[in-house]
Amino acid sequence: MKFGIQINEGPYTHQASDTAYQFTKAALENGHEVMRVFFYHDGVNNGTRLTTPPQDDRNVVNRWVDLAEKHDLDLVICVAAAQRRGLVDEDEMKRNSKDAHNIAPRFRISGLGQLIEAGIQCERLVVFGD
Amino acid sequence: MADEMMEEGGTIKKFMYLNRKAPYGTVYALESLEVVLIGAAFEQDVSLVFMDDGVYQIKKDQDTAGTEMKNFSKTYRALEMYDVEKLYVEKESMETRGLTEEDFLVDVEVLTSEQIQDLMEDQDVLLSF
Repeated sequence: MKFGIQINEGPYTHQASDTAYQFTKAALENGHEVMRVFFYHDGVNNGTRLTTPPQDDRNVVNRWVDLAEKHDLDLVICVAAAQRRGLVDEDEMKRNSKDAHNIAPRFRISGLGQLIEAGIQCERLVVFGD
Repeated sequence: MADEMMEEGGTIKKFMYLNRKAPYGTVYALESLEVVLIGAAFEQDVSLVFMDDGVYQIKKDQDTAGTEMKNFSKTYRALEMYDVEKLYVEKESMETRGLTEEDFLVDVEVLTSEQIQDLMEDQDVLLSF
């Protein structure tokens, strides 16, 4: 099965990202394809490399990075949602004259078209959030 | 479904956007509308459902001046220009909130919960906001 994943909530506040991670990991380990993981709404906050959770807790961001490295996952952060919430890559930093960027490795910032494309190309688009 | 997949560009799927939350208070309604507008460029078979507090999203005469929120309700009127014309309101949600069809700023088709269920069954992609 070819899956697309959408995550609508931020890390630690809401379980959506945890559940999506477990689902994605299980799907990949069982031989399914995950074409794209799309982060929307507060879900974009899953992609900041500045996250510093307590050491005895899971690292939600790094977990995505590791999974992406292992399976060559496409982790996409919505640009419009990211701009509102201060998620910035190097290009966005220059384009909007900001003094820093904070995107985690393996994540990329792109448009909502990437979500629609996942809906068109995947057999199932699974949405995690409220 | 996979068998029906044609080459990219030729695929037309049924996309349904479920709008379930009040227009203000959370960002879901606004950002859902942004997906609908961007998605329109992909020329898919799109329908929008307003249910639960989502029915307030298309309520006439919204005034957000006191809360300093951006009033984006007029954008729903522009959907027609994007060829997004299938707008449905769940009857039970509408009636529970004391609203009628006259209260909406766009033309909608009012469907019962059961009819909405049937419509959902028929979709390829359900995006819930």
